[in-house]
Amino acid sequence: MTAALEAAGLGKRFGKRWALQDCTVAVPTGSICGLVGPNGAGKTTLIQLAVGLLAPTAGSITVAGGTPDGRPAQLAKVGFVAQDTPTYAQLTVADHLRLGAHLNPGWDAALAGRRIDQLGLDPKQKAGKLSGGQRAQLALTLAVAKRPEVLILDEPVASLDPLARRDFLSSLMELVTEHGMTVLLSSHLVADLERVCDHLVVLVASRVQVASDVDELLATHRRISGPRRELSTLPADQQVIEASHTDRQTTAIIRTAQPIHDPAWSVTELTLEDIVLAYMAHRGDGQPVRRQLAEVRAS
Amino acid sequence: MTWLSWRQLRTQAVAVYGLLAALAVLLLITGNDLRHLLARSGVLTCDSGDCGTVLDAFNAHYKVLRSILGPIIYIFPGILGIFWGAPLVARELESGTYRLAWTQSVSRTRWLATKVAVVGLAGLAVTGLFSLLVTWWSSPNDTVSHSRFSPPYFDERNLMPVAWAAFTFAFGVLAGVLIRRTLPAMAATLVAYIGAKIVMTAWIIPNLATPLKVTGALKAPEDGPPVVTGRRIGPSDWVVSQVLHGPDGRAVHDIRITPDDPCARTHACFDGFTQTTTFHPGSRYWPFQWESTGILVGLAAAMLAAAFLVLRRRAA
Repeated sequence: MTAALEAAGLGKRFGKRWALQDCTVAVPTGSICGLVGPNGAGKTTLIQLAVGLLAPTAGSITVAGGTPDGRPAQLAKVGFVAQDTPTYAQLTVADHLRLGAHLNPGWDAALAGRRIDQLGLDPKQKAGKLSGGQRAQLALTLAVAKRPEVLILDEPVASLDPLARRDFLSSLMELVTEHGMTVLLSSHLVADLERVCDHLVVLVASRVQVASDVDELLATHRRISGPRRELSTLPADQQVIEASHTDRQTTAIIRTAQPIHDPAWSVTELTLEDIVLAYMAHRGDGQPVRRQLAEVRAS
Repeated sequence: MTWLSWRQLRTQAVAVYGLLAALAVLLLITGNDLRHLLARSGVLTCDSGDCGTVLDAFNAHYKVLRSILGPIIYIFPGILGIFWGAPLVARELESGTYRLAWTQSVSRTRWLATKVAVVGLAGLAVTGLFSLLVTWWSSPNDTVSHSRFSPPYFDERNLMPVAWAAFTFAFGVLAGVLIRRTLPAMAATLVAYIGAKIVMTAWIIPNLATPLKVTGALKAPEDGPPVVTGRRIGPSDWVVSQVLHGPDGRAVHDIRITPDDPCARTHACFDGFTQTTTFHPGSRYWPFQWESTGILVGLAAAMLAAAFLVLRRRAA
């Protein structure tokens, strides 16, 4: 596996506060990777480091084979749709396309024009007058028409209504299928990512809790429940992600590559959201997560 | 990048240049008229009689326009710095569009350099044209009446408006980069413009060279006010200060004479009084223009360099 984005021990400090600390993660080339985590987990910081808007305090990061240092050659390889999809309110849709054409050597004017047609945007409309969904689509068009190797989107649909959200994500899928690029997409809503992503990174309190293919996550995580017992008695290949006990019953989410044979457990499959929430719940509560993290890194 | 900078400036630039063009028409017509009026007024040839009244009559022409034009050219560089300099980067940082701009395939340095060049040069050019018009329009009055050398006129003629525009624009850009918010950056630029004006006018410009000093005795003619002997201070000189000294050598504010004073009959009331004038001769006008411009443009260059460094080093 080659990585389109690779961070090692990456950290960013603002004053005394670490917004991201000791982050090690890899996004496989060609994947559509979701970056999920609660607000304040460091998603935006990681993304801004990846596009070169921030410079790291510690560690290193490479994107599309280069360090995001603000040089034009590196900037050309990475497309970016920032949070709240900023555009110039006073400039028209057509102006934005001209802006893209003037500022990017690899600009695909045909692609940009076709997208604007398909979206039904009026080229003479000022960006400030567009709806949130239209503005997000315009920002996506700008980022994709520069023909990047890696496309990075920071919570692009967070402020959109469900319909605009669906349209945006299906536009994204179409573009990725058509033009082939690695995508890193952040969100705090798993439902958004579930639809488009084949790879998932869960970031909690600036630490990567899990990074894996979605299919593998779904195949290896199970909820088990049964009469109350100590979880330390589980087989060694079953890692506990989350556990809760009542007087009579024990319920746990475990990760294992093997089938679960113990007849005392009733085993249920999990949705991606269940799995992500289980990992997110481990914020601050170190031990099981550490073990999990070590295992993910080793694999 | 040039296209984007121009596109962002276009509306405002068209408005400002349009206003200037309208003003130019007005000033060209009235300025021509002023030249004819000056030739016909007799001010230039007056060497005896009531020259003061002739001069006042000439200066009464377009008095309102002159009294409006002065303040406008005086504050214009400040306005430029506040409205074109301060928002240049601050607005992008505040509205978040820097995240769009800085992730196109153009380095941050080139982004800022182009913006500064396009907007800055457009600003300096409009100020230069405005100053040229005002200098030309005011020259009939400048030659016969008040000095173009003394404040506030010095800042309203020739190079100085452009130098001030460079200074305030650069300050606005740096303030925007540091403060990152448009309105506070604009306010800071306003304060800086006022502060720098005071410092330059009160301390720096008068001391670019040691002022000359002349002391003349006060003499009472047969009729009329007392005159000072010695070098005559002309309208092109800049009088920095004038002090009256009594016979005992001490500075006095006024000389009191009553009609039945015995000295009145002998015209000896002012005997022993002297007046010391500190001034810059008119020949220093251009050296001072160039030196003041050098100072302001030098500061502007330093502030722009700082803005580039901060923008490149600091994380957004």
